[in-house]
Amino acid sequence: MEHIVEIKNLSKDYETGFWRKRKVRALHGLDLAVRPGQIFGFLGGNGAGKTTTIKILMSLLFPTEGSAKILGANITEVSIRSRIGYCPENPYFYDYLTPLELMDHIGEIFGISATHRKSKTEELLTLAGLAEKDWTKQLRKFSKGMQQRVGLAQSLINDPEIVFLDEPMSGLDPVGRREIREMISSLREKGTTVFMSTHILSDVEALCDEVAILRRGRLAASGNLQELLSSSGEHRSFEVMAAGVSADTLLRSTFAGELGKISAKPNGTAIEVHSEEEIEGVIKAVRESGGILISVLPITQSLEDLFVEPVSATQESD
Amino acid sequence: MSATPSHISMPRLVAAIATNSFREAIRDRILYNLVLFVLLLVACAILLGDLTNGQEARTIANIGLNAMLLFGAFIAVFVGVGLVSKEIERRTVHIIFSKPVGRGHFIVGKYLGLCATLFVNVVIMGVGISMALLYVGSADMALTVWPAIYLIFLELALVTAVATLFSTFSTPALSALFTFFVFLIGHLSSSLNDLGQTMGSSFARIVLSTIYYILPNLSLFSFRTEAANALTPGIEMLATSSAYATIYAAILLSAATVIFSRRDFK
Repeated sequence: MEHIVEIKNLSKDYETGFWRKRKVRALHGLDLAVRPGQIFGFLGGNGAGKTTTIKILMSLLFPTEGSAKILGANITEVSIRSRIGYCPENPYFYDYLTPLELMDHIGEIFGISATHRKSKTEELLTLAGLAEKDWTKQLRKFSKGMQQRVGLAQSLINDPEIVFLDEPMSGLDPVGRREIREMISSLREKGTTVFMSTHILSDVEALCDEVAILRRGRLAASGNLQELLSSSGEHRSFEVMAAGVSADTLLRSTFAGELGKISAKPNGTAIEVHSEEEIEGVIKAVRESGGILISVLPITQSLEDLFVEPVSATQESD
Repeated sequence: MSATPSHISMPRLVAAIATNSFREAIRDRILYNLVLFVLLLVACAILLGDLTNGQEARTIANIGLNAMLLFGAFIAVFVGVGLVSKEIERRTVHIIFSKPVGRGHFIVGKYLGLCATLFVNVVIMGVGISMALLYVGSADMALTVWPAIYLIFLELALVTAVATLFSTFSTPALSALFTFFVFLIGHLSSSLNDLGQTMGSSFARIVLSTIYYILPNLSLFSFRTEAANALTPGIEMLATSSAYATIYAAILLSAATVIFSRRDFK
């Protein structure tokens, strides 16, 4: 199977207002494909349409237009959900149940045998970092972070082929975030595809192979994270770092005309150049000015740049 | 490789949801309070029986069965209307419907779970009435009262189906109001139909006979006064009432499933 998730022209309208209802489009013709075995980051700011998309994939919402397939089957097929896992943002559970009871109930829904349910429950609650003393406490007594851990554990009870995690780090402290990051990473090692929505960019950079960025319900960018982050073709830029030389000295050199943007940094002077051909001139300028070359590195965009860029574009278009 | 069987048994799935629904209701303290209340009422009936010389058993059966219906209806209405709406409000449906659970399975499972709760409550209340009857030396009536208790359970199961239907598209407060009206009119529908036949206006006749045919005829389950007079319903009545309740509830749950299947969960 080439794609484990295929989304075609997916749109969703919500009705607002009480008397005079009007439609608000939350998702605009989204096209997306996710390859199996990877951690796919689904990014976007608040109200970008991430949760709407995931809820449509889970058949909690009906699309206004378009279609989607998971594991080659239409999302409306109930049976396909036996092969997927889902943890909603801020998961809500039957608060009168304990984690053990909840996991048992969900395992029962999947038709998993009682023996397997028990061992799987213990394995997953441990993996999610929930202390054993909390396994028999009612969920109503749990903090947001603890509920999140139970949410992640329940999403894996059926050994899903793909798991959808909507803001999985929500409500977790830094230690919890690291543990859950390790848990998600281990899923990839097991061959489970992870479709993860988030706006925590450091988690995306640490975990994701491919990403899609949503902006106001529209796809702003998608693809391999490293490719998206590195500048390419005519826009490829480099940063030459030099020590023992100031910007003024460099500007007085013979090669001053070949220098790009110069800025002072704690470890030296940075000169930005926009092509490989210009590098040679900059190195000569540094040497002529009595400086020492420290490094020549390609300039890559940070994920934040990638994330913020379309948002700025939106503001401009507005 | 998924650990989940490719074919999940539907009865097991419905049973899992029903069991959880039953567990939720049992852990809800209001049910214990209601049962306690009925037991106290039976104790009051015994005291009243002392005042009605020679009529102790009749008074106990009368008050006990009517109280059972009234408090059972409260459970059916107030727990029934929250059956689905509470799950939507608390967003627990988000977890459930991401699993291989159809909306129909969910409705039927929740309904059966509440029916099981009502059954347990009715049995506890029935045992209370029987014990009170045994206390006043009416061993026969302690047994003959049970067919009437069975009919009360059928009526409550039907009221629960009405509440479930309303809860799929309305707010809990409105659902409770609508279900309560259906409960009231359901007890009067035969009288309303008779009234319609005697009225001159054809419009009124049509309206009243439509109500008669559309709303459940709950008088079919009424055998409380007769039971208090040591009478027992015939097999035919029990069979007819059982079939009526089953078919009517099935129609209501089918309608609830159709409505619920179109709902978005934001």
